[in-house]
Amino acid sequence: MGIDIPPFVIFFAGALLALMVRRTLLSLICILVPLVSAAFLIFSNSPEARIETSVIGLQLILFNPDKLSLVFGYVFHIAAFLGGIFAWRIRDPVHQAASLAYAGSALGAVFCGDLITLFMFWELMAFTSAFLIWCGGTRNSIDAGIRYLIIQIISGFLLLAGAVMHYQQTGSLEFTHIGLSSTAATLIFIAFGIKCVFPLLHNWLTDAYPEATPAGTVFLSAFTTKVAVYALARGFAGTESLIYIGMIMTCFPIFYAVIENDLRRVLTYSMINQIGFMVVGVGIGTELAINGAASHVFSHIIYKALLFMSMGAVLYRTGKINGSDLGGLYKSMPKTATFCIIGAASISAFPLFSGFVSKSMVISAALIEGYDMVWLALLFASAGVFHHSGIKIPFFAFFAHDSGIRVKEAPTSMLIAMGIAAALCIGIGIFPQYLYSLLPYETNYSAYDATHVLAQIQLLLFSALAFVWLKLSGIYPPELRSVNIDAEWVYRKGFTVAGRWLTIATQAVIASTYSILLGLIDRVYRMILNTTGLNSRVAREWTVDLAVAIVVLLFSIFIIFLVAA
Amino acid sequence: MLSLHLSALQVVIPLLAAPLCAIIRIPGVTWLIALAVGIASSINSIAILLHINRFGEIVYSLGGWAAPFGIEYRIDSANALILLIISFIYLLGIIYAPASIKTEVPEKSQGWLYTAWILCFTGLSGITISGDVFNVFVFLEVSSLSTYILISFGQDKRCLTAAFRYLVMGTIAATFYLVGIGFLYSLTGTLNMADLAQRLPDLISQNTVAVAFGFVIVGLAIKMALFPFHAWLPNAYAYAPNAVTAFLAGTATKAAVYVFIRLTFEVFPEDYFSGFTSSHHIILAVGIFSAVITSAIAIFQDDLKRLFAWSSIGQIGYIAVGVGLASTAGVAASFLHLFNHSIMKTAIFMAIGGLFFVTGSTTTAALKNAGRRMPWTMAAILIGGLSLIGVPFTTGFISKWYLVSASLEQNFWWLAGLILLGSLVTAAYVWKIVEIAYFRKDPNVKVVRQEAPLSLLIPTWILVVANIYFGVDARFSGSMATQAANTILGVSP
Repeated sequence: MGIDIPPFVIFFAGALLALMVRRTLLSLICILVPLVSAAFLIFSNSPEARIETSVIGLQLILFNPDKLSLVFGYVFHIAAFLGGIFAWRIRDPVHQAASLAYAGSALGAVFCGDLITLFMFWELMAFTSAFLIWCGGTRNSIDAGIRYLIIQIISGFLLLAGAVMHYQQTGSLEFTHIGLSSTAATLIFIAFGIKCVFPLLHNWLTDAYPEATPAGTVFLSAFTTKVAVYALARGFAGTESLIYIGMIMTCFPIFYAVIENDLRRVLTYSMINQIGFMVVGVGIGTELAINGAASHVFSHIIYKALLFMSMGAVLYRTGKINGSDLGGLYKSMPKTATFCIIGAASISAFPLFSGFVSKSMVISAALIEGYDMVWLALLFASAGVFHHSGIKIPFFAFFAHDSGIRVKEAPTSMLIAMGIAAALCIGIGIFPQYLYSLLPYETNYSAYDATHVLAQIQLLLFSALAFVWLKLSGIYPPELRSVNIDAEWVYRKGFTVAGRWLTIATQAVIASTYSILLGLIDRVYRMILNTTGLNSRVAREWTVDLAVAIVVLLFSIFIIFLVAA
Repeated sequence: MLSLHLSALQVVIPLLAAPLCAIIRIPGVTWLIALAVGIASSINSIAILLHINRFGEIVYSLGGWAAPFGIEYRIDSANALILLIISFIYLLGIIYAPASIKTEVPEKSQGWLYTAWILCFTGLSGITISGDVFNVFVFLEVSSLSTYILISFGQDKRCLTAAFRYLVMGTIAATFYLVGIGFLYSLTGTLNMADLAQRLPDLISQNTVAVAFGFVIVGLAIKMALFPFHAWLPNAYAYAPNAVTAFLAGTATKAAVYVFIRLTFEVFPEDYFSGFTSSHHIILAVGIFSAVITSAIAIFQDDLKRLFAWSSIGQIGYIAVGVGLASTAGVAASFLHLFNHSIMKTAIFMAIGGLFFVTGSTTTAALKNAGRRMPWTMAAILIGGLSLIGVPFTTGFISKWYLVSASLEQNFWWLAGLILLGSLVTAAYVWKIVEIAYFRKDPNVKVVRQEAPLSLLIPTWILVVANIYFGVDARFSGSMATQAANTILGVSP
C-alpha cells in the first residue's frame, strides 16, 4: 500500500491549477483530476486510512473512509469525470476551478470523520457550487445563485450550531450515529434536511439548478443532495420520521413535474422524487434498506447526470429548454435522443437498466418491514417517475410536434460523456452484482426474480397507458409557454383533481409562509435602518460636545458603580 | 550582550530615526530610513519573541537605573506578541506607502509624513514594552500627537476637523489616564507596574483605588475606541491617507487594548476587575452591544473606509467581550483576535487604498465592476470580509471559535448567540460590497483590466495569505495568545 492522499487534496490542487492554465490544458485537468484521485483512492490509500489534525484544541479527522462513504466516494469520482468530459468545451477557468473545488469539497465531506470538518466542507460546497450557478450568466442565474447561497449558508450555520451544542453535551465531535434525541441533533437534522431537499425546504433546488450552466447542472445534480443523503445515512439511519418525509418527497414533486415546462426544472423535480426513495431507505435503516439507499445514490447520480447532460446538450445546441419550444429534435440529434432515452429508461427503473436494480431494493425493504402504505406510495411514485421523466422528457424534447428546429448533433465531447454514462446505466442494470459488492453491507439480494420484474413491467405499462390515454383524450397538460409555476394551475385544465388541489394547497402554504417571512424581513430591515442607518442618532457624526458629554456621563456612572462596589 | 539591549533598541532606533528624517525631509531618503527602521524593528521583535520563549521574561532597566527610580521595560509573551504585530504591520505599511501617498500627499510634505509615522511607531512600541505606567502615558502622548499629524495629511479638507476631533478626544483620554495613575501614585508612591501590583492588594477597599481604576479604564476605553467612546474613530480612519489608515487600523487601538488588559488583570489586584468590583460585566455588555450595533451601522455606510472604520469599532467590541469574560480562555480569545484582526483589517484598508489608486474614490459606488476590473484587489477585500464574518479557513473563524468556546465555558449561551448574530450582521455589510463589486454589471461598459500597482498589491496579499495561513494553521497564533493570557492572568500553563 502506498501513501494516503485524501481526494479533496488532489481536487483542490487541481482547482488551483485550473485557475492558472487556459484552453485544452484546462479541460484536460478537469478530466485527469478525477482519474488521478480515483487511482489514489483505489490503489494507494489503505482501507484504514485515517488522517487527523489538531486545530485550536479540537481533534479533527480529515480523512477516514469506510464502506458507506466509499460508495459515495466512488460514484462522486465517476460524476466528476463525466462532468469533466462534458465540460470539455467550457474554457472559463472560474467555472472549471469551481466545479473541481466543488467535487473536492463533496468528497471531503463524505470522507471526513468529525462534525467540524464536515461543516467546513459543507460550507465550501455551498460557496464553490454557487459559482456554477452564477456562471449561467443571466440576471436570473445571479439572483437564483444568491438565494441558493443564502439557504446553503443557513444550513451550514445550523450544522455548526448543532455541532457546537453536540460537542458541549457529549464531549465528542466524531461524526457517528446521532439519532434524533436532543436539540443539538434536531439542529443538525434540519441542516441536513435543507441540503437533502425535505418538503418545503426544497425550493432552492428547483429555483437554482435550472439556472446553472449546462455542465454546471450536471455537477450540481451529483453532489450537494447526495452528500446530504450520506450525512443522513451516517447520522440518522433508522429514524422513522425519515420514512414519511421521504414518502412525501417521492410523491409531491410528480404533480409539479407534470405541469412544468422548463425541462431541466422537470428533472429537478424528479430529483426530489428520487432522493425521496433514498431518504425512505435511510429511514427504514435495515441493512437491506441502507444498501438500497446507497445503491440508488450510485445509479441515480449516473442516470441523472445522463439526463441533465442530454438536456444540457439540447440547450447548448438550440438555446432553448422549454418543452413548448422544442420537439422533433430526434432528426437532428439522434445520438443525444438515444442516450436520453437510456437515461429515461434507467430513471423509470426498466428491468436491465440501473434504476431497477437499486430502487427495487428500497421498495422491497419497505415491504419487508411492514410499511404497506409507504410501499404503495413508492409504487405510485415509481409510476409517476416514468410518467414525467421517462416519457415526458424525451417525448417533448425529441418527438412530440416538430418545432422545426434543425441543429447539429451534440459536440463529440458531450457525446462521449453521455455514451460512458449510458454504458454505465446499462452495465449496472445487467450486472448488478458489481454494484452490490461495493455496498456497505453484504447482500445476496437479487433484483431479477419473477415478482420484481413482472410487477415493475406491469407498473410501467399501465403508466405508459395512462400517458397515451391522457395525451390522446387531450387531458394531458399541454406544453405551455408559461414560466411561472404560480400561474400555471389556472391555465391548466382537467388534470386529476387530486393533483390540482395538492398543488394549490402547497402553493398556498408556501406563498403565505413566504409573504409572512418577507413582511417580517421588511419590518426588521426598517427597524435596523431607523436605529443604525446613516441618519440615525448613533451613526450620525457626533459633535465633540456630545462625545465629551457621553464620556463624562458614563464615567460618572462608572465611578459611582465602582465606589458602591 | 546585544540581546540584553533588544528591548531598548525597539524604541531607541525609531526615536533616533525620527529627528533624522525631520532634518533630511527628502521623500525618498526618509522613506528608506523608515523602511530600515521597519526591517530592524521587525527582526528585533522576532529576536525578542525567541528570547522570551527560551529564557522567559525580559526585564531591562534603562540606563542601568534599577526599577523604583529608573524606567523599566518589561516584556513577556503578551507584549512580545503585540510588539510583533505592530512591527510587522508598520513594515508592510511603509512598503505600501510610497505608491499610495504619491497620489494623496504633496511631495514636500512626504518627509514630514514619514517623520510623524516613525514617531507614531515609536510611541506604540513604547506603550507596548514599558513596565511603568507613567512611561506608558508618555508614549501614549507621543503616538497620539503624531497620529493627529498623520491624519491631517489626508487630501480631503475634512481630515483637519477629523484630526482636531481626535485631538480633543485623545487629550481627554490621556488626561483621564494621567489622573488615574496620579491617584495611584499618591496612594502607593510608585509608578512601576510590578511594584503597583505588589502594593495595591492591601489598599483594595479604598475609594481612591476605585476612582483611579475608573479614570484609567475610561481613558483607555477612549483610546481603544470602545463604543460609545468611539466618536473620534470613523472620521479619523475615513479621512487619513489610505496608507496611514491601514497602519492605524492594525496598530493604534491594539496598543491601547493591550494596556487595558495589562492594567485590569495584572496591575490592579487579581480579582479587582472581575471579583471585587464586578465591572467586567459592564465591559462584557458594552462589548457585545457595540459589536452588534456598530456592525449594523456599517451596513448603511456609503464610504468604504468609513464602513470598515465602523467595523473596526465592532471588532474592538468582540475583543472587549473576551476581556469581559475575565477568564484565561476569554483573554486568550481577545489576544488572538487582536492578532487576527490586525492582519485582516490592514489587508482590507490596503486593498481599499489600491481601489482608490485606480478609481480615485473610496465610495461604494467606486466598487462597480471592480470584481472584473481589479480582481486581485477585490479578492483581498472579499477575503478580509469573509474573515470578519468568521468563515472557516480564515483567521476570523479561529477568533470566533475561541470567543464562542470561552463564552460557552461559562455557560453563556445567550452570549454565543449574540456573537453569531454579530457575524450575521457582518455578513450583511460584506455582502453589500460583494453585491456591488461582483453582481451589479453594467452591460454597456466594457471592463478593462486595471489592477493596482504591485507595490500596493504585494503587501496587501502578504497579509491576505497570512490571513488564510493563520486561519488554517492556528498553532502559532493560538498558542501565543494562550500563553499571553496565562502570563497576564498569572496562570501557570
